[in-house]
Amino acid sequence: MIHRRKFLASAAIWFAGTTSLTRASIIRDHMPWTPFPTSAPDFERPGPWQFFTTDEATAVEAIVDRIIPPDPDTPGGKDAGCAVFIDRQLKGPYGSAAGLYRLGPYTKGTKEQGPQSANTPAELYRKGLAGLDRYCKANNGGKGFTQLSAEQQDGVLKKIEAGEVKFDEVDAQGFFDALLKDVPEGFFSDPIHGGNKNMVGWSMIGFPGIRYDYRDWIHRHNERYPHPPVSIAGRADWTPHKS
Amino acid sequence: MVRKLPAKDVVIVGLGWTGSIMAYELADAGLDVMAIERGPWRNTATDHPPGYAADELRYRIRHELFLRPEQTTFTFRNKMSQTALPIRTWGAFMPPNGVGGGGVHWNAETWRFLPTDFVLRTHLTQRYGAGFLPDDMTIQDWGVTYDDLEPHYDRFEYLCGTSGQAGNVKGQIVEGGNPFEGPRSRHYPNPPQDQPFGATLFAKAARDLGYKPFPQPSGNMSRAYQNPLGVRLGPCTFCGFCEWFGCGNYSKATPQTTILPVLLRKPNFAARDNSEVTRINLDASGKRATGVTFVDTGGNEWEQPADLVILSAYTIFNVQLLLLSGIGKPYDPVGNSGVIGRNFTHQTISDVVSFFDPAKFAFNPFIASGSIGMCIDEFNGDNFDHGPHGFVGGGYMGQVQTNGRPIETAPVPPGTPRWGAQWKKAVKENYQSALKPGTGVHGSMYSYRDVYVDLDPTYKDRFGRPLARMTIDFHDNELKQNAFLTDKFAEIFQAMGARQIVKEYRKGPYDVTKYQTTHLCGGAIMGTDPGTSALNRYLQSWDVPNLFVTGASAFPQNPGYNPTGTVAALAYWAADAIRNRYLKNPGQLINA
Repeated sequence: MIHRRKFLASAAIWFAGTTSLTRASIIRDHMPWTPFPTSAPDFERPGPWQFFTTDEATAVEAIVDRIIPPDPDTPGGKDAGCAVFIDRQLKGPYGSAAGLYRLGPYTKGTKEQGPQSANTPAELYRKGLAGLDRYCKANNGGKGFTQLSAEQQDGVLKKIEAGEVKFDEVDAQGFFDALLKDVPEGFFSDPIHGGNKNMVGWSMIGFPGIRYDYRDWIHRHNERYPHPPVSIAGRADWTPHKS
Repeated sequence: MVRKLPAKDVVIVGLGWTGSIMAYELADAGLDVMAIERGPWRNTATDHPPGYAADELRYRIRHELFLRPEQTTFTFRNKMSQTALPIRTWGAFMPPNGVGGGGVHWNAETWRFLPTDFVLRTHLTQRYGAGFLPDDMTIQDWGVTYDDLEPHYDRFEYLCGTSGQAGNVKGQIVEGGNPFEGPRSRHYPNPPQDQPFGATLFAKAARDLGYKPFPQPSGNMSRAYQNPLGVRLGPCTFCGFCEWFGCGNYSKATPQTTILPVLLRKPNFAARDNSEVTRINLDASGKRATGVTFVDTGGNEWEQPADLVILSAYTIFNVQLLLLSGIGKPYDPVGNSGVIGRNFTHQTISDVVSFFDPAKFAFNPFIASGSIGMCIDEFNGDNFDHGPHGFVGGGYMGQVQTNGRPIETAPVPPGTPRWGAQWKKAVKENYQSALKPGTGVHGSMYSYRDVYVDLDPTYKDRFGRPLARMTIDFHDNELKQNAFLTDKFAEIFQAMGARQIVKEYRKGPYDVTKYQTTHLCGGAIMGTDPGTSALNRYLQSWDVPNLFVTGASAFPQNPGYNPTGTVAALAYWAADAIRNRYLKNPGQLINA
């Protein structure tokens, strides 16, 4: 027998974000059809930080610029919007681990059994950034991560990557692993998610985005595809300036 | 309170490929059919429009089209001595959700198994002797043969408009196709898809090495196609967003693009979506199913009575529902008794990543479909003499590059730091000139006494039901097989002129975080002996004759191909037995 109230509470969570019909229905006689796209994505707009505090955001912008540094041809993580991307992700379903299996008991298992932490990604970042700040200040005469030189910042990150640094509340190495996953995602995902600003990540490698039809090029073997990328949001030169 | 609905002739649990095929066949036979699907309805054009379907973060990384683990998941351990822990986020495989099932998000790699795959134990024992097989390997014959299934494979390929090059038509070997395949009654309905540069280069090198490369059979259209039901599909545009994504172009064969439009017009068919079956109900004798109980999204519990129950959910959910409903004897690996949960398998995948000179090679890896590519089959099944090698099994291998999506596919040479300026430079330099097949080596996994599914003693789903527990690890036979195949695969990339090659061998222990395929198999297997199989050769339960169980859960072991072609052929085969034999005289079709 199912406990109705408990079920409803969980149903409300796992249907949040589900596309198409989210209520049970009977389908008969014809293919159900409602005109227009049924699950259009949200666009992340520039603007104030939604998850990070100002101090956290400053630190994250410094970190993403070390993970993907700027070079003469391509902006780094900061100017590509990777910190904005992570901010919006942590504010959303990813940050709260929505849809994942969250029932206990939480037990540490083998590496092969996968992540078993009770921390959500939002908690991991909050505690990880606090841990980083404390570690930096304790070891650099009171200077936080953003006050260190680029070389010093790389040194700190390398120590964390190597497992030589311990944070109080959270696994420092696990925090860095999350960054190594999330920062490139910000650099290479569609700009509608807040990163890959002006499609700089895609332009760097020659990925054309969502063009969807390459029938004219499949036979052009060993000829580099020549057209610039297109995002779900289109291209800047498709949208007239309003001012 | 459980509310009882009017009785139906047939209730179908899960509306993916096999649920759709069964529903069509049984409704066509005049039966009143209700299908119950856990996930939502999905429409081709409005759920996956080209304007935003190509969103790698949303669909590939955040798994939007898949079951949410919060809804239900499994627990996993390598060994019986360990405590299983829940899979909190998907990794090694991706259980589907919604109408169309895995048929919505698949790559559409559409294979037939080898004739010897179906008589595996008999064949290997005859050729190599019983002592050649490891003691704890529990492989079995299927109880059905390639010849039995051939007309049903054919039916599915024509339903889907499979694009491919036949290698054996009625015993005649056809140049350019797979010479190892079983004889087919006619050619594929559509010619193979066009091949990009990397696949063409692979085929040339393979041919120079003495192999017989052929195009991967693909459920993505090489041209516009109208199937025998009158449903039309359009040509694939090589968008590179196939597996994990829905195709808004009507170019990928899915239940929605091939069969559902016609099925839904039948007045004696209806489906319920967003409704999860929680139990198959039995009468007092325990020998007859009376229908199913399900819960809708409002939390309402319903009983749907039916004369015939078709269980066609994803592999492991079939097994779980049998265990939770008390149907069949649960498998006990210690006593080596019971059948439900027995012969559970997955896959042995590995890859070779090769780096070419960026000044000379531009592969445009984003120009891809789910199953364009060139393959060889020399090292699959028993297509080669295993005698000198000390293992059995094998797999096809190929340059089947499904995407150049940059989060997933941005290979860098070994020794590159994981971040920083050097990483960024390496990504930029190698994106266009590296090859990373989406499939690579597609190896078999044979069955073992200590690889199985049962119910977890600790972890529960949101209804408070025990999660299914997988106990699975790689055995030496599979690891030896993989090392041999991966080395052979790498030789081809060497011959293509790669300047650096990385062999990504599959190594133990089995890791639930590393994606291989979604081809979980077994646990409710078919066979000839009720002591070692859950189902007879018609997918009919030995214990409850008005219950048929479709899907890869029926595979006694997993051969070296993608399973969907065989899963669908078995569904047509079972539907044929129901229509032509069972309905005339409902009862056990085989006297064991």
